[in-house]
Amino acid sequence: MNLHIDSLSVKLGKRQVLDAISFDIEPGQVIGLLGPNGAGKSTLMRALNGHIAAEGAMQLGEHDLAAIGPAQRAHLIAYLPQQRTIGWRLSVRDLVALGRLPWRGFGQRPNARDETAIARAMAMADIAPLARRVATELSGGEQARVLMARAIAQETPLLIADEPASGLDAAHQIMLMQSLKRLAAEGRTVLVSLHDLTLAARWCDEVILLNEGKLAALGKPEAVLSQENLARIYGVTAHRAHDENGLIIAPVGLTDTSSSG
Amino acid sequence: MKLSASLALLALALFVVSLLVGPAELGLGNSITGLFAGGGEAAAIIMREIRLPRALLGLAIGISLGLSGAVLQGFLRNPLAEPGVIGVSSMAALGAVVVFYSGLAGSSLYALPAGALIGALIAVLILLAIAARQGSTLTLILAGVALSSLAAALTSLVLNLSPNPFAAYEIIFWLLGSLKDRSMEHVALALPLMACGWLLIALSTRAIDALSLGEEAASSLGIHMGRARFLIVAGVALSVGAATAVAGTIGFIGLVVPHLIRPLTSRLPSSLLLPAGLGGAALLLAADIAARIVLPAGELNVGVLTALIGAPFFLWLVVRARREML
Repeated sequence: MNLHIDSLSVKLGKRQVLDAISFDIEPGQVIGLLGPNGAGKSTLMRALNGHIAAEGAMQLGEHDLAAIGPAQRAHLIAYLPQQRTIGWRLSVRDLVALGRLPWRGFGQRPNARDETAIARAMAMADIAPLARRVATELSGGEQARVLMARAIAQETPLLIADEPASGLDAAHQIMLMQSLKRLAAEGRTVLVSLHDLTLAARWCDEVILLNEGKLAALGKPEAVLSQENLARIYGVTAHRAHDENGLIIAPVGLTDTSSSG
Repeated sequence: MKLSASLALLALALFVVSLLVGPAELGLGNSITGLFAGGGEAAAIIMREIRLPRALLGLAIGISLGLSGAVLQGFLRNPLAEPGVIGVSSMAALGAVVVFYSGLAGSSLYALPAGALIGALIAVLILLAIAARQGSTLTLILAGVALSSLAAALTSLVLNLSPNPFAAYEIIFWLLGSLKDRSMEHVALALPLMACGWLLIALSTRAIDALSLGEEAASSLGIHMGRARFLIVAGVALSVGAATAVAGTIGFIGLVVPHLIRPLTSRLPSSLLLPAGLGGAALLLAADIAARIVLPAGELNVGVLTALIGAPFFLWLVVRARREML
């Protein structure tokens, strides 16, 4: 489903947190949402998911996202919040199974399709061996993968994940991006906020660069993550290099002091 | 399911024991014939009008308190939430005491429960406004302490102003919480309200499961938060309000029971509801039986007994969970 955003604005108190953001995303892509702290990434994701009031148009396929209720939204959008909350000593499997809640009627037990989705999501997040463990006793990175699997198990056309890579070790960061790629290959749209620029550059089909609530740039990582944009928006100088698999970006200094680089 | 079945059997057994224990030594045969066939005049009256309502109320109020504790804990992601600890019971009691004092209690059979219900409802609304959004343990407990203290202060004020010592004594005794000397009218009054509360709570199972992952994740899982909040607020206020209206304040059942039973479940909040309700019934029936046996002459108030057991348990829970909580 196409994601169409037109003049999306969010005000929190007197502060304009998002200012007339517009973009269109074709399905089947991994879209990186980038920008410095406070740029509005989480706000954009929360607005898409109906957690904060926003002005402007948000359309997913033929659905007006502002007009639908939570039950229908849960069939369209899976959302992984940045804050990782696990309330009880749930087993990993029970936690992932919560992702199937929107597809089950009141009092219904998981059916075969639920079981398949759960198993698949756990395999994608590489947590199958942890199935019987208590989620709250896992490491931070493991918990992040468990919660990601919950969102994947929801099997929605649009997956929104707020910093799913933070706290993950190098191998699992790459595994995460591979999984997102696989979901996109099934025709889903994946919107993911990231801080690691190389991860974004190598794995995202397109990136959206936000700055102070405005859309600063949108397009292929190669073009958006230019030295100039990185200096202007992140305030860093960066090494850019290429290998056979794509772009590598290593921030090395601050533009203010412009010493190293 | 196995857990629920065993707890149901336990509650049923205690229900029967509750019917058989009392100052009038009826014996098994007399009790049964008194209950069903009529039998001797005295036996029939004792069984049908004294012991049966008492056992029924023990069962229903126990279910109400266990369920309310379990659903509040799930909703607030907080193992210390309980109608008594967070001030719902004391506000319900205040509502009832105000009705007592104003003299409205005599005017209608429904005045007292209405007062208790309104008190419970106000308490739950205040708590949700303060604590549910942040979900912080400390905020919730502190808000509950403040609310309990306020309710206690206002209750004292009412006692202070009460026209004669006899009225004050009556209120105090009622506040201690007891199932003694209740009639089938009390059952007929409270049971439908409690049953409505149970139903509302049962409808919130999906919401409390999803809320294990926090409010935003729950909403993204299709939970209508406003509706969930209403179901739980109304459910707890109805069942605890009705329970308090007929039995006074009986605390800690909703805290102790979910805590003991949770390790035996999958720990999904929904899997705890039914066992917690049945466990609550078993515990209250047992406490009420014990209250009759410990002091056969004067008879201990069951609310005093549950508080004597529950408060130290609460303290132990706080000490044990301290690191996790703060």
